Amino acid sequence: MNLAKLRPSARLLPVLASLGVLILLYAGGCLMFENFGSLRVLINLFGDNAFLGVAAVGATFVILSGGIDLSVGAVVAFTGVLIASLIGHGQPPLLAIGLALGFGAGFGALMGALIHLYALPPFLVTLGGMFLARGLAFVVHPESLSIDHPFYGEFISQTLSVPVSRRLAIPFTAFALIAVVLAGTALARWSRFGRNVLALGSSESSARLMGVPIGSTKILVYTLGGFLSALGGVVATFYMQSGNPASFVGLELDAIAAAVIGGTLLRGGVGYIPGTLVGVLILGLIQTLVIFQGTLNSWWTRIAVGGLLFVFIVLQQLTSRRRDG
Amino acid sequence: MIVDLLLWPALAALLWVNRRRPLLWPLVALALLLLFNRLFTPGFFALEIRDGRLYGTLVDVLNQGSKVMLLALGMTLVIATGGVDLSVGATMAIAGAVMARLAGVSIPVALGGGLGVALLAGAWNGLLVSAFRIQPIIATLILMVAGRGVAQLVTDGQIINFEQPALVYLGNGSLLGLPFTLALVLGMFVLTALLVRRTALGLFIEAIGDNETAARFTGLPARPVKFLVYVFAGLCAGLAGLVAASNIKSADANHIGLYLELDAILAVVVGGTALTGGRFQLAGSLVGALLIQTLGTTLYARNVGADVATVPKAIVILAVCLLQSPVLRAKLAGLRRPAPAALRKEGAA
Repeated sequence: MNLAKLRPSARLLPVLASLGVLILLYAGGCLMFENFGSLRVLINLFGDNAFLGVAAVGATFVILSGGIDLSVGAVVAFTGVLIASLIGHGQPPLLAIGLALGFGAGFGALMGALIHLYALPPFLVTLGGMFLARGLAFVVHPESLSIDHPFYGEFISQTLSVPVSRRLAIPFTAFALIAVVLAGTALARWSRFGRNVLALGSSESSARLMGVPIGSTKILVYTLGGFLSALGGVVATFYMQSGNPASFVGLELDAIAAAVIGGTLLRGGVGYIPGTLVGVLILGLIQTLVIFQGTLNSWWTRIAVGGLLFVFIVLQQLTSRRRDG
Repeated sequence: MIVDLLLWPALAALLWVNRRRPLLWPLVALALLLLFNRLFTPGFFALEIRDGRLYGTLVDVLNQGSKVMLLALGMTLVIATGGVDLSVGATMAIAGAVMARLAGVSIPVALGGGLGVALLAGAWNGLLVSAFRIQPIIATLILMVAGRGVAQLVTDGQIINFEQPALVYLGNGSLLGLPFTLALVLGMFVLTALLVRRTALGLFIEAIGDNETAARFTGLPARPVKFLVYVFAGLCAGLAGLVAASNIKSADANHIGLYLELDAILAVVVGGTALTGGRFQLAGSLVGALLIQTLGTTLYARNVGADVATVPKAIVILAVCLLQSPVLRAKLAGLRRPAPAALRKEGAA
C-alpha cells in the first residue's frame, strides 16, 4: 500500500496500458467495421460479459489476497443448473436465487476454512472445489435445463432493463456488472476488509505482525469469491435463460486473465477492481472483433488473449522490478 | 486366479519394502482400491489372451494411465523446483496436432515434429520462468490459454485423422503382450530416474525447490536447471500428446489432454511431492497417476457417469491435501503425545 502511494505512476502503468489497449481495440474496430461504433455493440459488450465480470471481481479479490480460485467456472455452472432445477420444481425464483447465492458463499467459506485451518495450498483446495462443484452440477441435472418462468421471461428482460430507443434497451445484467464493480472498488479501497486483504496479499507474515486477522480475512475473501461466482451464475441465468452443468468450462482462466490484464499482480497485494472491468471488456472486445471480422475463427480469440496476457505479465514484471531496483 | 496369486503377494512385498518410505501411503491407497474392486466389482481382474496380447480392465488401466504417468514424470521435476506447469494439457494438443498434420510426410518427420514443437513449448515456459523470472503459475497460464488455439490453428479447426500403422501402434500397439505405452512409460521412468539420481541434477533440483536463494548462493546454476526442467516437462507432454492422438487415430485440438495438467499435478501431490518444492518422489508420482486412473476406471466400471465422477475425485484431492497438511499431522501427533508448542505455531503459519 505504501509503495503504491510512493510510486503511483509505476503502479498504475499496467492499468493505464490496458485502458490504452481497450481504447485502441475499440477505435480499431470502429475504423474497420461500419456498425462497430453503434450503441448496440457497446451495450452488448457490457450485457454479454456481465457474468464474467461479476465472477472476475471475486477472482480479483482472491488474487489480491495472494490466493487463487480455480472453482469459478464450476460454481457458475452449478449455480445456473441449481436455479434452473429449483424453478423447474416449482420453487419461486427469488428463493432459488437466494439459495444459490447462499450455496456459493458457503462453498467459498468451506474452501477458505480448509485453506486457512489446515495450511493447505489454495491451488489444490480450489481445484478440488472445481471438481466437486462440476460433479454436483451434473448430479443436480445431467443436461441443459431451460428456465421457463414469467419472472425470467418478462420481469428481468423487460421490466428491469432500461430502454434507450425503440428497439434497444440496456439489459439488467449490464447494471448488475457495474454495481458489482462499484461495490467491489469501494470494498477494496475504503473498507477495513479491503485493506486487510491487500496487506495479507503483500506479505502474510508482515500482516500477521501488524495484527491483521489472517484467518477471518482469508476465509472471508474465499467466501466473497464464492458468493460473487454464484452471483455471476445468477447473472448468467438472466442472460442465457437456462442452466447447463457442462457450461463455463475454463471461465476461471478468463477471470484470472481479466484480472491480470487489468493490472492485478498474481503474487497478490497489488491490484485494482476497475482494472478487472477493463480486462473483462478487452476480452469481450476481442471476441466481438473476431465475430465482426467473420472469416477469423474463434480460436484466434484464445491466441489473442494469450498474447495479451504475455504482454501484460512482462510489463508487470518490468515495472515491479524497477521498484525493487 | 493366477492374477490373484501374482498380484497380491507382489503388492504385499511392495508395501513391505516401502514400509518406511514416503511411497507407502499412495501404495496403500492403490492396494485398498484394488481390494475394493476385487471384492465388489465383478470382472475387474479378468484377463484373457487374444492374438498373443493381454486384454482386461487392469491392462486398460495401465494403457489409459500412461498419459498421466508420462506427464507426471515431467511435472514431478517442475514441482520439485517449486514451480508448476499448467500448460502440459495444451502442449499435448499441439504435439498431437502437429503429428497428425505431418503424418502424410513421413513417420520420423511426424514424430520429430510433434516432439519438437513440444520441446519448443517447454522452452518457452522455461524462458519465461528462468529468464523473465515470472511466477510459474502465471508463466505457464499463458500457454494454457493460448495453446489450444495454436493447436486448432495447426489443424485448421478440423479433426485430422491418420492411418499410418507406426503412428497407430504408438498408442494402441502391444509389446510382449503388454501395451506398448507401458514400455514407453517404463523407459522414460528409468531414463529420468538415472538422470536425476545418478547425477547431481536431482540434488540441484531439490536444493532449488527448497530454497532458491540459498541454492544460488551455493553456486548452483539455478536458472539453467529451471529452464531444463520445463523443457523436460514439455518433452513428456509431447510424448503424452502423441500417445493421446494415436489412441484415437486423430488430432482433436479441443479435447486431447483437456484437464490432464490437473490430473498430472494431482498425481505428483498424491505421490508424496509437496507443491512447495524440494524433495520429490518420482516413483510416487507414477503410483499417484495409477491411483487416479484406477479410481476413474473403477467408477466407470461401476457405471458412475464420467460427469459425476469428478465428485469422488474432488474428495480424493481434499483427503490427500488434508493428510499432507502439516497442521493436521501435528494435531494427530498431538493425540498420541502433545506436540511442542513451537511446532504447533509453525504449523499454523
